[in-house]
Amino acid sequence: MKSSKVGPWLAIILGALYFIVPLIATFEFSLRMKRGQYSFEAYRIVLADPQFRATFLFSTIVALAAIVVGALLVVPTAYWVQLRLRRLRPLIEFITLLPLVIPAIVIVFGYIRMYNSSSILPLTSTAAGTNVLLTIGYVTLALPYMYRAVDTGLRAIDVRVLTEAAQSLGAGWGRILFRVIFPNVRVAVLSGAFLTFAIVIGEFTLASLLNRPAFGPYLQLMGANRAYEPSALAIIAFAVTWACMGLIQLVGRGARGATPVR
Amino acid sequence: MKFLELEGIQKVYGPNTVVQDFNLSVDKGEFVTFLGPSGCGKTTTLRMIAGFEIPSAGAIRINGKDVTNLKPNQRQIGMVFQAYALFPNMTVADNVAFGLKVAGQSSEAIRKRVGEMLDVIKLPQFGDRYPYQLSGGQQQRVALARALAIKPQVLLLDEPLSALDAKIRLSLREEIRSLQRSLGITTIFVTHDQEEALSMSDRIVVMNEGRVEQIGAPFEVYNFPRTRFVASFVGTLNILRGKVVDGASGRITIDDQQVIAGRSMGNLQNGEVRSVALRPESVTLNGAGEKRNAMQGIIEEVSFLGAVVRMRVRFRDNAISLDTFNNPGAPPPERGAPVTVSFQPEDLLVLEGETH
Repeated sequence: MKSSKVGPWLAIILGALYFIVPLIATFEFSLRMKRGQYSFEAYRIVLADPQFRATFLFSTIVALAAIVVGALLVVPTAYWVQLRLRRLRPLIEFITLLPLVIPAIVIVFGYIRMYNSSSILPLTSTAAGTNVLLTIGYVTLALPYMYRAVDTGLRAIDVRVLTEAAQSLGAGWGRILFRVIFPNVRVAVLSGAFLTFAIVIGEFTLASLLNRPAFGPYLQLMGANRAYEPSALAIIAFAVTWACMGLIQLVGRGARGATPVR
Repeated sequence: MKFLELEGIQKVYGPNTVVQDFNLSVDKGEFVTFLGPSGCGKTTTLRMIAGFEIPSAGAIRINGKDVTNLKPNQRQIGMVFQAYALFPNMTVADNVAFGLKVAGQSSEAIRKRVGEMLDVIKLPQFGDRYPYQLSGGQQQRVALARALAIKPQVLLLDEPLSALDAKIRLSLREEIRSLQRSLGITTIFVTHDQEEALSMSDRIVVMNEGRVEQIGAPFEVYNFPRTRFVASFVGTLNILRGKVVDGASGRITIDDQQVIAGRSMGNLQNGEVRSVALRPESVTLNGAGEKRNAMQGIIEEVSFLGAVVRMRVRFRDNAISLDTFNNPGAPPPERGAPVTVSFQPEDLLVLEGETH
């Protein structure tokens, strides 16, 4: 190996060790529940726990709802910005970046203040209303990722020409959006969807402060009271996140090579 | 009553007037081309007919109905774009069927019409393919079929051949024209390519800086340009400086050689210096006996282009280009050889305005 290549390789190895060693250590620890032997006992206990299944299901449903609401909010917005309001693009990008700058705890306190039981819209006074609030909160948290993914997808097609072609064939806005635009940014929406899912599935702050039975607070609860199960849960959460990333790659690769109409 | 009427159309963007006082009447089944350089307002005018832009003033009528303020999807207009604009997520058949589905036709009627249209564009076996699996020429033919499938009142073609290579462009242009003739569909074609305009159109609208310079049949626009711009934009032109000797008879001198100009834009004043235009194909070499105007010059450049030999003949300050057919029995003259060029007085057109 040339001496000039030693430096970069050393940096890569150190970086990999920094990420991989704790992961391996956590995984190894999660297997040591039974004294003197490796086993998947901690995983068995976690997966058999009804609370695990209930919280994971709850988070999955909220994640799916956040994905649907996010896509319905972001795709038409990004489409309209691209088609008619290009001058507003910097402003919209700034707004969508705000959730990265404003901590989740600030957002949730704002929600609680705005939508408490004595407000005009008392969402927190019912479980269903709080679930709605939680979903909206997750849409907000995922906004930077969803918007960027969709915006990139829209830039790859000539939105204006496709819109005009559909209009000249008699199509109205609804048909243009759902038959022409959405299918052509399908991969981008799915990328945003998987990122949203990965964020929502382990999110703690919003779910905890809104007192919802989500997977994030369950993780925290287990971590505070058990020894081996939290490690198993961490590995499961990690696997779910990586599965989402893998799916993004898979969907992206499987997508047809649509000709960009420029 | 004309089928498509544009009356006093104007389009203003802020301080810029991009189309002004545009008037045009098109017969049913006519093929009209908007020809002009980039930025002359031809595409904006087309987009106003399509409904993508609303005129700042004026009215657009199709078959007697005022459509000026109608939305694009209410005008029943077929449009073909330069960039094909096929929906990438749909197959060829789905693309062609799109407008029919929007119109709420039955699946049987749609299937039949799609089959007909694919036959018309000679791509019957391509229904299941996606746009990215087609060549540029094939994609544009599908775009044409998609636009025609809905049986539009007017077909608008926005530089549909510009993105294609030369050979495909030529064959597709013939295909479009023959299809348009057989269907008898009123068509507006936008191009900056004069050859396309001349070869395809029933009439040409020559535009410059948002104004109509001339409207006429290709023969008329090419041979009898009404403005200096039309003369210089349509076809190749030699522009020479001449001095008027006798305005009444059209006698002028070019580099001290006297000729007669048979046509003039505006009156000629004795002694004034004017630009005169002469088409290269009007000039013959050493044929003075047959034509009344003859000038002596020297061959400055000879380019052998195969079927055609292009020569540049210099008089003194002025020079002209002329084309002759290649004749294996008579080699072209050498550079520096003295020659006589001749042309008819009617071929010499004195242009309006100052000399350049």
